[in-house]
Amino acid sequence: MKEQLLKIQKNGLQSIDASADLKSLDTIRVQFLGKKGELTQVLRQMGKLPKEERPIVGEVANQVREALSQAIEERKVSLKQLALEKQLLEERIDVTMDGVQKKVGHHHPLMQVKEELEALFSRMGYDVVEGPEIETVYNNFDALNAPESHPSRDMSDTFYINPELLLRTQTSPVQIRAMKDVEPPIRMVTAGRTFRFDDVDDTHSPMFHQMECLVVGEGVTMANLIDTIETFVHELFGDDIKTRFRPHHFPFTEPSAEVDVSCLKCRGEGCEACHYTGWSMELLGCGMVHPKVLENCGIDSEKYTGFAFGLGVDRITMVKYGISNIRLLFENDMRFIDQF
Amino acid sequence: MLVSIEWLSEYVEIEQSGKMISDRLTMSGSHADSIEKYGFKCTGIVVGKIISIEPHPDADKLVVTKVDIGGEEPLQIVTGAKNIAEGDVIPLATVGAVLPGNFKIKKGKLRGEVSEGMMCSLEEMGFGDSVIPKEAKDGIFILKDEYTLGDDIRDALKLYDDVIDFEITNNRPDCLSMIGMARETAATLSTSILIPEAEAKQCDGDIHEYLNTVTIEAADLCKRYMGRVVKEIKIETSPVWMQIRLMKAGIRPINNVVDITNYVMLETGQPLHAFDVEKVTGKEIRVRRAQPGETLMTLDGTERNLDENALVIADQIKPIALAGIMGGGNSEISETTTTILIESANFDGKTVRLGAKALGMRTEASNRFEKDLDVEMVAYACQRACALLEELGAGIVVNGVVDAYPVAYQAETVSMRLERAAALLGVSIPLADQLDSLERLGFDATCKGDVIDVQVPSHRGDIKIEADLIEEVGRIYGFHNIEAAPLRMEVRQGRYSEARVREDRAKEVMRGLGYNEIMTYSFISEKVYDQLRIPKASPKRQLIRLMNPLGEDFSIMRTTLLGNMLKVVSRNMNHGVKEMAAFELGNVFIPKSIPVTELPIEKMLMVIAEVSENTDFFSFKGSVEALLFGLNLSNVEYEPETADPSFHPGQCARILIDGQTVGRMGQIHPIVAENFDLDQSIFAAELNLQAFHKLAEDKKTYQPLPKYPAITRDLALLVPVALPSKSLEKAMKESGGKLVVATKLFDVYMGAPVPEGWKSLAYSIAYRASDRTLTDEEVVKVQNKILQRLEKDFEAKLR
Repeated sequence: MKEQLLKIQKNGLQSIDASADLKSLDTIRVQFLGKKGELTQVLRQMGKLPKEERPIVGEVANQVREALSQAIEERKVSLKQLALEKQLLEERIDVTMDGVQKKVGHHHPLMQVKEELEALFSRMGYDVVEGPEIETVYNNFDALNAPESHPSRDMSDTFYINPELLLRTQTSPVQIRAMKDVEPPIRMVTAGRTFRFDDVDDTHSPMFHQMECLVVGEGVTMANLIDTIETFVHELFGDDIKTRFRPHHFPFTEPSAEVDVSCLKCRGEGCEACHYTGWSMELLGCGMVHPKVLENCGIDSEKYTGFAFGLGVDRITMVKYGISNIRLLFENDMRFIDQF
Repeated sequence: MLVSIEWLSEYVEIEQSGKMISDRLTMSGSHADSIEKYGFKCTGIVVGKIISIEPHPDADKLVVTKVDIGGEEPLQIVTGAKNIAEGDVIPLATVGAVLPGNFKIKKGKLRGEVSEGMMCSLEEMGFGDSVIPKEAKDGIFILKDEYTLGDDIRDALKLYDDVIDFEITNNRPDCLSMIGMARETAATLSTSILIPEAEAKQCDGDIHEYLNTVTIEAADLCKRYMGRVVKEIKIETSPVWMQIRLMKAGIRPINNVVDITNYVMLETGQPLHAFDVEKVTGKEIRVRRAQPGETLMTLDGTERNLDENALVIADQIKPIALAGIMGGGNSEISETTTTILIESANFDGKTVRLGAKALGMRTEASNRFEKDLDVEMVAYACQRACALLEELGAGIVVNGVVDAYPVAYQAETVSMRLERAAALLGVSIPLADQLDSLERLGFDATCKGDVIDVQVPSHRGDIKIEADLIEEVGRIYGFHNIEAAPLRMEVRQGRYSEARVREDRAKEVMRGLGYNEIMTYSFISEKVYDQLRIPKASPKRQLIRLMNPLGEDFSIMRTTLLGNMLKVVSRNMNHGVKEMAAFELGNVFIPKSIPVTELPIEKMLMVIAEVSENTDFFSFKGSVEALLFGLNLSNVEYEPETADPSFHPGQCARILIDGQTVGRMGQIHPIVAENFDLDQSIFAAELNLQAFHKLAEDKKTYQPLPKYPAITRDLALLVPVALPSKSLEKAMKESGGKLVVATKLFDVYMGAPVPEGWKSLAYSIAYRASDRTLTDEEVVKVQNKILQRLEKDFEAKLR
């Protein structure tokens, strides 16, 4: 009987080793260890054995059961492993193929630059304010000290709705609104659409965009203006870019200046783009707010001083992205906008 | 303003290079646009004298000449030039010379005859075609005066020069002159200036033989009118030095009289005009407004109709010139002219500007007059011209002047507090430096205690207030010398308006959903409204019109963003873009009244559009829903809109929030699409962003998460086809009360076995109580109640 048991063990272990999957392994388990299995059937004949042999054979039977059970468990683990490996192999794909397209929308480059500029000044403490596109002649010209006969007021320069209303030619009227609305100290930035009577060509558009900053307070000086613009230029173009303040003339500031920045291409070394001067075209116009402008807004020009500066958002956008034709900004070709 | 350094150095001591002067003046307010270098592009050109001209034995069009350049033997030069004569002094490019364009002169043979150089025109010496005198074009430049043969032409003609092109700001017409620029140079470089003498010395006769009076009738448009007469005029070419200076300044030499008036204009900034005195009727000059119906044939040969806006110079009976703009043909100087009147006057800037504009011409003279010139320069310029006419032997100056000058210039005093200057600039400039700058600029400045009092000279009409003087001392000190100092203000972040925050958020959500931002013009064509099928009586056609549009396409302020969006879609489709999704945020302009009398309402709208094979109404609606959700807008309802002419009547919804219409969305009407050259299905929405500000629920409070599970039951119904699904869902919620937490339509079916005119809708309804787990019986009870309600209200049948 002992031999019978050892034979079962031997056959069982062989079968387990040879089993190819979990299903056949389970069949093997039933065949050897089940209620009607080979081992059970042998044990049923235990009664026929002499009394003294029973414990010995019983122990052998337990060892056989143990050995087979353990072998089945081990085989089960390795078969699972094999099955998983097979599955993973089958599920292999070509990961270099394109993903299913999920489009992310793009900024309009002009709006992106406008929003970046506003955010930059907002971090420096400037409130971001808006003004209307249709303005009064008073806010756009008179309050800003533009001479009554200034050519910019002509119908050939400015779009009029009627003799008192126009499409703003600059963002400066927003300054007037701010100064009339708020008591100093004032720190504001505004950016938006502006309009001038220009036919469309590579560099002109009857609608374009300006950004404007205004500071009014006690003891505000030109030295503060210079510092603010230098800080701004470094933020915008990098710390290595230099500024140059050239005296200029604007009706609404006195003193006034134009600011050049180092050529962005050669960073001031001198190259063909800057005619070997190291300087690019003027970046912005600026100055100390004209006392008349302050007075026009009901601000005491003896107590308060201020500075203002403005720049063209379109041109900065074009410089930043190397866009040579302003039409692209207003044509809204998706192949263009998709690039930003 | 083109400034020749060679010429400038006549008025001011200059040691610096052209580059240095251009840099320094740029930093004191005269921006140098460019520098043109003369005399560096040509070498090896010398002064020569033609001693003989013989025909070429082998060529009819060539001649063989001998030219003396001061050497032992004359050179043989073969040339095709027509305008030369024996005895002429000419510029000769000798063998080895290099001309502009790197053109090298070599010894060679022309049709068998040796040629040892080339006679030169002005072009070969670096002058542009537009300034070369007409008679010198295509010909050799003949030197009139005496020169040493063999001298380098650049020394002989003072060709070595830097000519700087300065940008002069509108407020400084005084700088449109050599004397003005000399003053700026003197102040910038701390040197002094010298104004040339201006007095004719050998006068003869009496002006009253030719002219009795000058009357200024339009005193508001002419501050001063001065005239002098010059007789025995000999019209000829000007001396070479004057021609060269004029050419460098961008002006073409014509003859001695015209050249002198131009020369003095460049020198002083004061435009002059010369009349043939014999053509002035009645020995009288009147400065007056034109009378209606009067005409004048101007020098360019055009007959001009005049009205009372025009200022004219007239004799006793007729206009003879348009003041400050152009002379008349009836008083023009001709070859037979013997006596001239030199006019030097101060005309009203605006009148000249508008007049020149009406004629469609801007001249060097009108460009200066329109900026309101120095009234005191009138006399100097007049005398200077006469002195030059005498000096160059162009005529004999007649004794006496006519000078109408009703109100003499009175210098104003402007004061500058030293403390204020320091406070505005942020730097204390030494007092001596401030006084020095002001004086070199031509101001009479005296310091009394803490204040500098300045007498404003007539050439500085731009100086009116203290800040103007602070700018003067500041700019001469140099803004670049002011040390930057940080602004001292409260430390804080700038704020954005709530409206702006929401706009930025809307853009962010739309980009996240895959839509590109676009940006289009605020003005559009009225035709767009026809393309959009908007009826004439629609409030959207209450339009604000521009008085002076660039054209019909840009003539009205938009009241809808849809037109521009469809144009953009159309353009993209035409360019081969197959599918696109885009949005724009922009203002529309709503007049408060027509005609417009006050500022209109500017309302921020958002337009969205999408075209692609996979887009249908519901996929597009999903984007709109996501946007509104992203903007914290709830309680949104969509109602069928069948009457919007721009949209498909069966695929358009009005969007309501809290019962208020905030926009519409749907498929663009096929006819509208066709009107924009589109044959695709386009889905679009136009939303009133402005209305969102009041409706959004930005304040959020945490809601506890549910403790008990929800039970979901399906409900399939047959209902009439036209019944909106939302009304069923609304009834389910009403009828089920608090226990119904969500209803979702998951299937729509029409066709057999569903009877005609009916549709099958399948909903899943989620039930939950906040305080217990619901039992089956409870749910069944509620669902039955819902069913009964639907059967009663909507003829719904359980499927």
